[in-house]
Amino acid sequence: MAKVVFPDHLLAHTGGEREIEVAVANYRDLLTILEKRWPGVREPLNKAAVAIDGQIYQDAFLEPIGADSEVFFMSRIEGG
Amino acid sequence: MAEAVDYRYVGTSPVRPDGVDKVTGRAQFGADQNLPNMLHGSVLRSPHAHARIKSVDVSKALAMDGVHAAVSGADFPSVQSGEVGGEGGGDVADIAKNVMARDKALYHGHAVAAVAATSVEIAERALDAIEVEYEPLPPVLDVVEAMAPDATLLDDNCFTKNLPEKPDKPSNIASVMVLARGDLDAGFEQADVVVEGEYRIPMAHQGYIEPHACTATVNEEGKATVWCCTQGHFEFRAMTSKILNWKIGDLKFIASEIGGGFGGKTVVYLEPVAVLLSKHAGRPVKMVMSREEVFRATGPTSGSVCRVKIGAQNDGKITAAKAWLAYEAGAFAGAPVMPGAMSIFAPYEIENFLVEGHDVLVNKPKVAAYRAPGAPQAMHAFEVALDDIARQIGMDPLDLRMVNAADEGTQAPYGPKFPAIGFKACIEAAKKHPNYTKPVPEGAGRGVAAGFWFNIGMQSSAEVRINEDGTVIVMEGNPDIGGSRASMGLMAAETLGVPYEQVKTYIGDTESTGFCNVTGGSRTTFATGLAVVQACEDIIAQCKSRAAATWGMDDDQVEWQDGQAVPAPGVNADVSPLSLADIAASAPKTGGPILGRASLNAQGAGASFSVNFGDLKVDPETGAVEVLSFTGIQDAGKAIHPAFVEGQMQGGAAQGLGWALNEEYIYDADGVMENAGFLDYRVPVASDLPMIDTQIVEVPNPSHPYGVRGVGETPIVAPLAVASNAVRDATGVRINDLPLSPPRILAALSND
Amino acid sequence: MSKMHIRTTINGDQVDFLGSPQQSLLDALRDEVGKLGTKEGCGTGDCGACSVIVDGRLVCSCLMLAAEAEGAEITTIEGIAEGDGLHPIQEKFLEHAALQCGVCTPGFIVATKALLDRNPDPDERTIRYWLAGNLCRCTGYDKIVRAVQDAAQELAHEA
Ligand code: FES
Ligand code: FES
Repeated sequence: MAKVVFPDHLLAHTGGEREIEVAVANYRDLLTILEKRWPGVREPLNKAAVAIDGQIYQDAFLEPIGADSEVFFMSRIEGG
Repeated sequence: MAEAVDYRYVGTSPVRPDGVDKVTGRAQFGADQNLPNMLHGSVLRSPHAHARIKSVDVSKALAMDGVHAAVSGADFPSVQSGEVGGEGGGDVADIAKNVMARDKALYHGHAVAAVAATSVEIAERALDAIEVEYEPLPPVLDVVEAMAPDATLLDDNCFTKNLPEKPDKPSNIASVMVLARGDLDAGFEQADVVVEGEYRIPMAHQGYIEPHACTATVNEEGKATVWCCTQGHFEFRAMTSKILNWKIGDLKFIASEIGGGFGGKTVVYLEPVAVLLSKHAGRPVKMVMSREEVFRATGPTSGSVCRVKIGAQNDGKITAAKAWLAYEAGAFAGAPVMPGAMSIFAPYEIENFLVEGHDVLVNKPKVAAYRAPGAPQAMHAFEVALDDIARQIGMDPLDLRMVNAADEGTQAPYGPKFPAIGFKACIEAAKKHPNYTKPVPEGAGRGVAAGFWFNIGMQSSAEVRINEDGTVIVMEGNPDIGGSRASMGLMAAETLGVPYEQVKTYIGDTESTGFCNVTGGSRTTFATGLAVVQACEDIIAQCKSRAAATWGMDDDQVEWQDGQAVPAPGVNADVSPLSLADIAASAPKTGGPILGRASLNAQGAGASFSVNFGDLKVDPETGAVEVLSFTGIQDAGKAIHPAFVEGQMQGGAAQGLGWALNEEYIYDADGVMENAGFLDYRVPVASDLPMIDTQIVEVPNPSHPYGVRGVGETPIVAPLAVASNAVRDATGVRINDLPLSPPRILAALSND
Repeated sequence: MSKMHIRTTINGDQVDFLGSPQQSLLDALRDEVGKLGTKEGCGTGDCGACSVIVDGRLVCSCLMLAAEAEGAEITTIEGIAEGDGLHPIQEKFLEHAALQCGVCTPGFIVATKALLDRNPDPDERTIRYWLAGNLCRCTGYDKIVRAVQDAAQELAHEA
């Protein structure tokens, strides 16, 4: 099961849940599962960046998620 | 750590391809585009920091001789809230209102109307003829006061975002954010020493030497061409399209050379106005800001108040850290407090922490990105408090940082585990650096601090074309602010195995090359570099198969070596290698012109850490600070063009030192900036600084073929705390706030 | 507003142009003469991007009226290169990567020319103080100062 962690600013969308475990093969399917669980969560998640096993993706979609993967949602970074 | 690889071109510092144009005055910058029949546009700006706009009447201006168009907020469509591109400026509905005020002027200098006339003088006189009726409102200028429940509101529809429940009342706090881990109370209980402080830093400007400028022309079909200085012409096109409600396909943007940006040229100010004026006038319109307008009406970075509390044991281990950040967003939401909160503890492994950030509206210009946006303010506070911890436990500041340093596998405070990073390598390099091992000069003080930036990837495209004689054209879409054409050329030469001199890099306009996000966030060498390398790999694959066809082999029987196709090892063939020039010459026979391309959304940007230190001397009579020496050490991943990497480190250090020692927006009680010029907003000049020593550490980023991390952002972060800590060391007095200007230092010394 | 006829020598060529009485030399160079290499960073004499040499003196062209240039000999960035080659100052700026964005570069090169014309062997302090009227926001000045030092050496060598 992959570990999925949400930052504070998304907790309003996850009913306060900070960390869940999900069996999922890729990021696209993860979003589908999360949206089913918390309708409406897809929109803020689409605006977030995500780190899968330490690698930061500003726009993940097709990225695979492994059985022991750690998935962290986080804010997108801009820059100067 | 990946092994060091020997490259032929990557890691050398040749002259840049645009160099000759830039030393002879030929290079065309934003204000250098003139068209026949061109008009000059000027902007009328609000004389109030906060006012309701009851009416704007441009008719008298329009009636003047030589005036051909006049517009105000009513001429712009209303814009739906949303983001543009991957980066820059916040909500496009806000950017639209920042470009031209609608019902409210939200800062002194906010654009209220604009005219186009046959000369600048006539345009300026026409501005005087525009009638605006204002209802002045009290300005909100202090970030902490702005947060109070009874504060005057900038926006009655601003309900704080990211709270568990939508608040029932609006406020000036646009959003909050929290990052937390562990048990803060338990952490502080384990501490032997606790340091706590509040640190204030006023707004500061990017201070690029070239003011914003553009020339727009709209033809009778309603198609516009815009020349402008920008960090990203594709995003300028997207913003202009949204703000005017025009199709992207009707807008062509051509990036001029750009005279500095540092984040400040990632967002539009003039372009939509110039397009609209040109449309109304039926003639080209050029708009150039004055320096005063640049200061009053373009994005500085946030002023901030940061409160920090750190607990540590006598062995240096940080047991708990807490931070409260309030950043000025200016007139519209979007202070970089989120990256500030994400970066404040990033260099360290801390078990128990809490950081709360606030994005706060005030009646000042809307902030824009500035080099590592948000990180310098927060990290200044933390690095200064850490310095006090080092003093209290009597530990070398580098040793203290080493005890707590993040490393590969450390869970970053913002979530994921770090892959290979170079922070420890930077501390070790600092410890051994001759500037650190030598004693502090008599009467001076030494300051040490760390810096960090995430770096970003995002979208890039590149095309590589092989000319008939085997010379190479690289085409990409990122304005070259600091020599990136040379870096692209080096990566292309290295990948293809051809001499650097054989490669030319061009920056295409929005219609001649594929989409690229802005030059910013230290992404260009990383992400666009990746696209260039992949486009070159595409070329190699094609060349191999053309060689195979020439020799009557299968593609996999050919290899690419040192810029030539050769038979793969074990393939028995009596043929001579085919160089890129050979293959190009016979291209008509093997399939026509050779063209490679790549487009991507680059992931896996590598974080860049730094350690800086400097020796500063304070004149107790005048309060003036002299920088005797400054050393920047930073992990670049891989320096493609080391001289330009050093240049980024030196330039960032100078900006950081300027911010620390002198630069600040000074406001009067009415919210009018009192120092809107380079005479009074004092950026460092040559005689203010010593040589800036640099050491590039190279811990390759595993996600880039040459290991690039991106270098432009991180260098501005550490110098702020270096200056504070050095002044503390020199005077024995801790001054929490910046800038460390002579009056502030004198006041602190006399209080002591 | 009626315009004035102004006759100057720019980079060795006689140049006549019409300028308005209030026009700065900078605006005249850029808008009337088409010498766009001279840049405007401030218009108030604080940044040096508009540096030109007028009758042997380094001036901020934004602070001088075009009319005051009547009869003057003016050198702009376009007049620094020699024949079909770069001037050693220009070459050293390139070699030392002394420019990033390059918008300050014309001003720095003109100011350096004026410095080395009068003092062929300046020390670091002299260079830094001479160039203190030229702002560069990109480089932190380190590589600019080195380029100037190296150019001075090169020119001494040539002499
Ligand atoms: S433009 Fe003349 S000094 Fe700045
Ligand atoms: S190189 Fe950009 S201002 Fe000097």
